[in-house]
Amino acid sequence: MAYSEKVLDHFKNPRNVGTLDKANKNVGTGLVGAPECGDVMRLQIEVDESSGEIVDAKFKTFGCGSAIASSSLATEWIKGKTVDEAMAIDNMDIVEELALPPVKIHCSVLAEDAIKSAIKDYKTKQEG
Amino acid sequence: MSVSKIYLDNNSTTPCDPRVVDAMLPYFYNHPGNAASRNHPFGWEAEDAVDLGREQVADLIGADPKEIIFTSGATESDNLALKGVFEMYSRKGNHIITLKTEHKAVIDSCHKIEKQGGEVTYLDVKRDGIVDLEMLEAAITDKTILVSVMWANNETGVIQPMKEIADICQKHGVLLFSDATQAVGKIPVKPKEVGVHLMAFTAHKMYGPKGIGALYVSRKKPRVKVTAQIDGGGHERGMRSGTLNVPGIVGFGKAAQLAKAEMTADAERVSALRNKLESALLSQLEEVYVNGSKDERMPHVTNLSFKHVEGEGLMMTFNQNIAVSSGSACTSASLEPSYVLIALGLGDDLAHSSIRFSLGRFTTEEEVDVAIKMLVDGVNHMRALSPIWEMYKEGVDLESVEWTAH
Repeated sequence: MAYSEKVLDHFKNPRNVGTLDKANKNVGTGLVGAPECGDVMRLQIEVDESSGEIVDAKFKTFGCGSAIASSSLATEWIKGKTVDEAMAIDNMDIVEELALPPVKIHCSVLAEDAIKSAIKDYKTKQEG
Repeated sequence: MSVSKIYLDNNSTTPCDPRVVDAMLPYFYNHPGNAASRNHPFGWEAEDAVDLGREQVADLIGADPKEIIFTSGATESDNLALKGVFEMYSRKGNHIITLKTEHKAVIDSCHKIEKQGGEVTYLDVKRDGIVDLEMLEAAITDKTILVSVMWANNETGVIQPMKEIADICQKHGVLLFSDATQAVGKIPVKPKEVGVHLMAFTAHKMYGPKGIGALYVSRKKPRVKVTAQIDGGGHERGMRSGTLNVPGIVGFGKAAQLAKAEMTADAERVSALRNKLESALLSQLEEVYVNGSKDERMPHVTNLSFKHVEGEGLMMTFNQNIAVSSGSACTSASLEPSYVLIALGLGDDLAHSSIRFSLGRFTTEEEVDVAIKMLVDGVNHMRALSPIWEMYKEGVDLESVEWTAH
């Protein structure tokens, strides 16, 4: 299987790998996928509570090259966006940007889920 | 092979030994005859070459040359043995017993047989990948015509107790077929001595060419027959029609001759390299597991799971330089992890984390040293990226996490 240049680039030099303090009220954490399925993504956002802007994003992913590239790209894209703008990211945008083959589309779905899950966690914390 | 490209995937296919290629070359042009042309020297030369190849192949497995049916490869041999016995012995019964860890060519042939009215029992294996002999014997009924057990597994290298299996089959008057593709040419395989009645194998797993394989069919005690699956000119004693692949048979024969002469030395050297690779990875990395029996195992294979690292992702860290294969779902079109490893009782997570290393005649110590370093770096890179490795290190019980399956 040949990977696109962009997948290889994100795989070799993943952006924003790491961990944010999930106890922080302005940090939202999304953990999606399952080890049994061969993919687990954890995506975290740090939000400026006054502006709603995502000021930092970190990820860690257990998975294939496309899963790692999808989550790396996702963190790159959401940084600097508002929470509402990030909600609008569609998995097909990721598919297009990384030129993922059909068999890897689920990796992009998982990345979209990870973004939405992190935002949901952040919002729940804000309400709580 | 240069160190920048290291081939540790010899269970997929082996490179041709140069001595095999040298033997084959004249039969592409100088001796172009059809072995079935009985009336001119071109035909005679081809027939002589086929006779020699058949003797060399038979000699490797301690069989009579008349017991060798040439085919296009092990997949065809598997199909011929299973479907051919099912058709030939339909009056005796319709039940076949095999293992869940068999090659797809056996499993899928069995599925086809089920659609045609056959009954197939797919036995579980023990945690080490070896058949449970009591379970096997208990599965035999008065309708059982054939037991099909592979000699050595392609993914784990685990070797089955063929003698014990053969004794059970003999006791119950049941035929025994073995797919010995991964074993022939690398360890001593003597179907007649052991009591195996049909056996599939192929040239391209033992440094011969692709496109030529064989089915051993016992001619005496018992005399076994299979119904042909390819009809035509009645070649190969009526069991497999089609013009014989003369250069392929010459190459197969040469590969068999070399294997017989060099097997012991090859196995000794390669198992030392395999052990070096395996023990280095086990000692330099945490949470690495050997899949399948370590005792009853081919000398050149190790199948390892690197916990909390996904196999295909791991391969991507070094696959510009090192060729291996993985039981990870992401390497297959089906998105299911290896059914062989699942049958051993591995969880899906460890099956996704598996890498098969299969060394060969041309593997060097220098290559193994490079592979060890790249593997250790790759696993460490992937674990630094892995959220479940981080959770595991923090002491989170991963079983208790509510995962969102997708």
